[in-house]
Amino acid sequence: MDVRAMHISNGIISGPVSVVFIVFAAAVLAVCVWKARADLDDRLAPMAGLVAAFIFAVQMLNFQVLPGVSGHLLGGTLAVILVGPWVGALCVSTVLIVQCLLFADGGLTAIGLNITNMAIIGTAAGYLLVVALVKILPKTPAALGATALIASIVSVTVASQGFVLEYALGGTTDLSLPAISGTMAGVHVLIGIGEGIIASTTVITVAKVRPDLVYALRRFRRPVTIEAEATA
Amino acid sequence: MNRKLGWFIGAGLLVAFLLAGVVSNFASGSPDGLDATARDGCVFNAADEIVSGTCMVQQEQAHQMADSPLADYGIEGIENEYLSTGLSGIAGVLITFGIGAGGFWLVRRRDQKAAEEAPT
Repeated sequence: MDVRAMHISNGIISGPVSVVFIVFAAAVLAVCVWKARADLDDRLAPMAGLVAAFIFAVQMLNFQVLPGVSGHLLGGTLAVILVGPWVGALCVSTVLIVQCLLFADGGLTAIGLNITNMAIIGTAAGYLLVVALVKILPKTPAALGATALIASIVSVTVASQGFVLEYALGGTTDLSLPAISGTMAGVHVLIGIGEGIIASTTVITVAKVRPDLVYALRRFRRPVTIEAEATA
Repeated sequence: MNRKLGWFIGAGLLVAFLLAGVVSNFASGSPDGLDATARDGCVFNAADEIVSGTCMVQQEQAHQMADSPLADYGIEGIENEYLSTGLSGIAGVLITFGIGAGGFWLVRRRDQKAAEEAPT
């Protein structure tokens, strides 16, 4: 069975706006590489490779959300919990670049748009929710699972509105923006629930087997100290 | 990388291979949320061609990498769809892990302890 193309194709958003987003995405990813170095040690580097490979695998698993409509994991929240925001954004970007260059999924011209929505906006939204929830909730695998579920739903819905913003700036067909926004948000809440179930199952499993490999349990649980600030 | 971490990474990759290599064949073939939104407003015939209406995909252009041997999650030349999808998924997991782990390893923080253990 054919796995469908699932990211923004070429031509949906105008060329100039696509280029602007390529520049924007490249700049943000450069900052991520710079910030990620502080997190990446001998243990996190192979773990981050695994997270990227796992997200690639799970993105192939489209699940039905409505009759005739499916969805797949984006991965931002899962990556934030397991490897942190900077490395996490780079993991999702790696997947998108491999999919674009080798699997012809997500236009090459549209790569900046796709990275912005899924790797940058999705990861950033997931990060904000995860940081807040990890501080409030108890430090148990079940609570981490609940965090993953809630953060995934919000992250995916917010990421879908990134596309709406891009469409407002450079959409090539004249369509009603509120309608696009509503359709995207509605279907992505459902996709977010699916993503949340997958992300939650995954982080609960890792938290039970190797809690020391869960970035959110190591780094977000204590208030930021001066020392942590210096290395962050 | 110590041995225990090696086992964890190996087990994780095995799960990823199973998901991308086997479970992927049972994934939904319906358009995803974005694609469905992009097709919203158009009427399609059985061959998936636009019959009428106005929608985003009318402006869609060809992918620059459409001739890639792995294009559209299949392997060029393998007729069996299950095999083609599964093997392309396994290839994708391997490539993504290679690029990811390799890249992150290169930019990782090298404190003194790490420098002593580094292979080079």
